[in-house]
Amino acid sequence: MSVRVDPPMAMLAELTHRCPLACPYCSNPTELLAKETELSTEAWADVFQQAAKLGVLQLHLSGGEPASRRDLAELVIAAREAGLYTNLITSGIGLTERRLRELDDAGLDHVQLSLQGVNAVMADRIGGYKGGFDRKMHVAEIIAEIGFPLTLNAVMHRENLDDLPQTIDMALRLGARRIEVACVQFQGWALVNRAALQPSWEQVETAKKTVARAVETLKGRLVIDFVPPDYYADFPKACMNGWGSTGLNITPNGTVLPCHAAETIPHLQFEKVTDRALTDIWYEGAAFNAYRGTDWMPDLCQSCERRDIDFGGCRCQAMAVLGDAAAPDPVCTKSPGRAALDALLVEEVQEVAAPEFVYRR
Amino acid sequence: MTPDDVPYLPRGVRTQFDAVRKVDVILGPERVLVLDQVGKAVVGRLDGEASLAEISADLAQVYDAPVDVIAPDVTAFVEDLRDRGMVHVRPR
Ligand code: SF4
Ligand code: SF4
Repeated sequence: MSVRVDPPMAMLAELTHRCPLACPYCSNPTELLAKETELSTEAWADVFQQAAKLGVLQLHLSGGEPASRRDLAELVIAAREAGLYTNLITSGIGLTERRLRELDDAGLDHVQLSLQGVNAVMADRIGGYKGGFDRKMHVAEIIAEIGFPLTLNAVMHRENLDDLPQTIDMALRLGARRIEVACVQFQGWALVNRAALQPSWEQVETAKKTVARAVETLKGRLVIDFVPPDYYADFPKACMNGWGSTGLNITPNGTVLPCHAAETIPHLQFEKVTDRALTDIWYEGAAFNAYRGTDWMPDLCQSCERRDIDFGGCRCQAMAVLGDAAAPDPVCTKSPGRAALDALLVEEVQEVAAPEFVYRR
Repeated sequence: MTPDDVPYLPRGVRTQFDAVRKVDVILGPERVLVLDQVGKAVVGRLDGEASLAEISADLAQVYDAPVDVIAPDVTAFVEDLRDRGMVHVRPR
């Protein structure tokens, strides 16, 4: 069976791995790329042009902390010239009023501000950066003053999931239009801290109810997108619309990935935008074709009625938990891998006191 | 929403012709929607001046259809966009 490949809709550009924070749930790889290896301004501008021609509509400027790039405003100009809807994903640290106004002039469409906690004690402990919370609040005020559309991106886990109502209140107070309540997904550095981050089943059930109520009462005022932690689900999350179907990811040195965590799959070979045209990498690259469509799937998924709903789930999670990237996602209760996941849950969540975080420094 | 409400595209939401897929799209934070002919006609009238009732009346004339057939569809479409955060509303 040959797979029809559509053009991608979205691209995540990891401009740098540098970041002043040290979140224990960082999903970037455990080995970070150094500043010297980062793509230049011109190289990124060329990537944006190629991406737009390929069919990308939305660009997410991410990191690390993208504000660590001095040329951020120039990059936004280049992205807008290419015709891309440009979203900045930031912790706010490193953004001053002057820089935000430059970004406004550059045509930045949207800001997504990450939130580590609803008060300084929690947020600064999680981010591992003293004074970070106050600076973030200040940045949020300037964002509102300029009038950037704002999404608050709250990463939730064992320590702060109970603060969900206050987190939603904060989104309203900061004038956000949208809040993303994202429970930690265990990729990259987050795996190191999985036991400390994994919420309990009760916490998750309460959170689901809080979200459902808020969605109703805040309709038309605040859009709420909720990503529950998938270890407690019966079936896996859909991997986007299937591997290599809707989005791509570029690392600071120009490596093109089908997904953010794809480098955790050791046998995949990735190519760089500096070596090959983006279109060729998307349509013909080996890593993009590795799990496209349904041919790669085990029989269990091939014959399953959810085959075209969850696409067998997350390849990176199958790799991380089972050591086999071609297995059904271990979240799936029909799969043999589920036992391994349940064992982890029992082992990690029953501890009364969560273990200490390991900060990434 | 009431017929007197004035819907508009807030900052951060814009329409664009997607030259690769040859369709009109509306873009917002984390959202891309493809607009069909009618969708495009509605969104194109969200100018921050016209009320919902006026937009329906205008479309009824253009498409030569009774306004009480058109209005519920237009309202549902605009409300859906509002719930996705892609349309804001101010009272007249
Ligand atoms: S068997 Fe495969 S396709 Fe079916 S629900 Fe499980 S992971 Fe998804
Ligand atoms: S493979 Fe997993 S981590 Fe990668 S995009 Fe799919 S679901 Fe996300």
